[in-house]
Amino acid sequence: MDKLLQLLDENATYTTKQLSAMLDMTEDDIKSAIAKYEREGVILAYKTIIDWDKTDREFVNAIIEVKITPKHDFGFDKVAEKLSNYPEVRSLYLMSGVYDLAVIIEGRTIRDIAYFVTHKLSILEDVQSCSTHFVLRTYKDKGITYGPAVKDERGNCL
Amino acid sequence: MIDYEKVLSPVATGLKPSGIRKFFDLLDSMHDVVGLTVGQPDFVTPWHIREAAIESLQAGKTYYTSNAGIPQLREEIAKYLDRRFDLKYSGDEVLVTVGGSEAIDLAIRACVTPGDEVIIPTPCFVCYEPIVRLAGGIPVILETRYEDKFKVNPEMLKKAITQKTKMIVLAYPNNPTGAIMTKEELEDIAALVRDTNIVILSDEIYAELTFGRRHVSIATLPDMRERTIIASGFSKAYAMTGWRMGYIAAPCEIFAQILKIHQYCIMCAPTTSQFAAIEAVKNGDEDIERMKEEYDRRRRYLLKNFADMGIECFEPEGAFYAYPNIGKFGLSSEEFCQRLLNEKRCAIVPGTAFGDDGEGFARISYAYSIKHIDQALERIEAFIKTL
Repeated sequence: MDKLLQLLDENATYTTKQLSAMLDMTEDDIKSAIAKYEREGVILAYKTIIDWDKTDREFVNAIIEVKITPKHDFGFDKVAEKLSNYPEVRSLYLMSGVYDLAVIIEGRTIRDIAYFVTHKLSILEDVQSCSTHFVLRTYKDKGITYGPAVKDERGNCL
Repeated sequence: MIDYEKVLSPVATGLKPSGIRKFFDLLDSMHDVVGLTVGQPDFVTPWHIREAAIESLQAGKTYYTSNAGIPQLREEIAKYLDRRFDLKYSGDEVLVTVGGSEAIDLAIRACVTPGDEVIIPTPCFVCYEPIVRLAGGIPVILETRYEDKFKVNPEMLKKAITQKTKMIVLAYPNNPTGAIMTKEELEDIAALVRDTNIVILSDEIYAELTFGRRHVSIATLPDMRERTIIASGFSKAYAMTGWRMGYIAAPCEIFAQILKIHQYCIMCAPTTSQFAAIEAVKNGDEDIERMKEEYDRRRRYLLKNFADMGIECFEPEGAFYAYPNIGKFGLSSEEFCQRLLNEKRCAIVPGTAFGDDGEGFARISYAYSIKHIDQALERIEAFIKTL
């Protein structure tokens, strides 16, 4: 794996100065490598992982399992493209197994999600069925464990 | 009133109190300090290793093991030493100890008798000299030099060897300097002891943490296995400091004596930790590589920043410490570190904590995140601008 991508995957806040020292590359080389990745769409965005449960923000997440009648010529892509356009759809995966698309959706209230399922998702002509599961609590996401901030409790031993 | 002067051993009371302890106590009492002082990994022990310990507890494995350790663990350590460092030991020549510290203690006590000289190259980890004194031995300090990249200089070693020399301590990769010794450099040392009755105590606790080249153990050189005691452990390589898991590998004649001391003083190393260690040594090679890569990045980052700040530092090739030269700022190492702490709330360890020849240097641990290192560097930079 490209070391630069690996580092940015770990921590997108690394500066070009830090990356250049860690990877033994010049800052200019780092900048142009990142620019190339952005141009090619390898790097799509830089975001922060926030434990919203520790804030006063109201939100609900759900995972919806969707069965689709695949379209001739297009497979599942047409439906997936359409669903991707909804900003409330946070993640969207084509799955193996008993259902086809996993839609991870976020709303402010349960009603928002119900509205999406009944008025936007289930009425699509290729959607055969959907099954909605609400997220009760996040334990780990994107490789990061949720919980109290980790304190450095290492002792100074000499 | 009891007269403690009469109760306490003069050897114990004569041991120098660790000066650095006071510094650490002060540090612990202060808030908002950004420190680069800790001599242990910032990683948590990999989960599969912790899980093996938990499973052993669930299975009720709460007994003593045999004195020398669980046979499977001893076998696996022997295989590991061969796989990673080309060291040929049987499981019967491996003793599981309570951390690398016990391994060092046992090695010294098994060999050193009153009046024996033990050559200790400094700067080094703080335990060798006191343990030699407790055994009645005479520590002979061999100062290593910046211009030798803190390696043992064979000419200087030759002058230090006398009829009374019983043991030479070799602690590479080195804490605090990060120095290593190559095969060729070790060969020069081996040539001096090959036809003697001098034993090498090779403290290889940082053996896995070398950058750019693999660690070479002096025991792999011709005729050296029979006169070398290897002290090592799991703390640094697998981020297992709190488990207190170390080991000794030594030829059977030495091993037999070491085992006796261990069995009378310790009985056996903690059982739960031994089960964790089996998992680590069997399936932990990838964890070592992952953590090492991270240390290497931080090492390069630190060196680059020192260079930019005009702080001279030789390139450490092992362990997770840098040992910059702070002499040019006109303060003693202790003054430098004390003032840095008081004025900028940043803590690093004065080189003098590791020997008198540490004057002019400081130990900086990079067992911290880049973000944390950055905060500390900002404070160091601001401090040196005031000097």
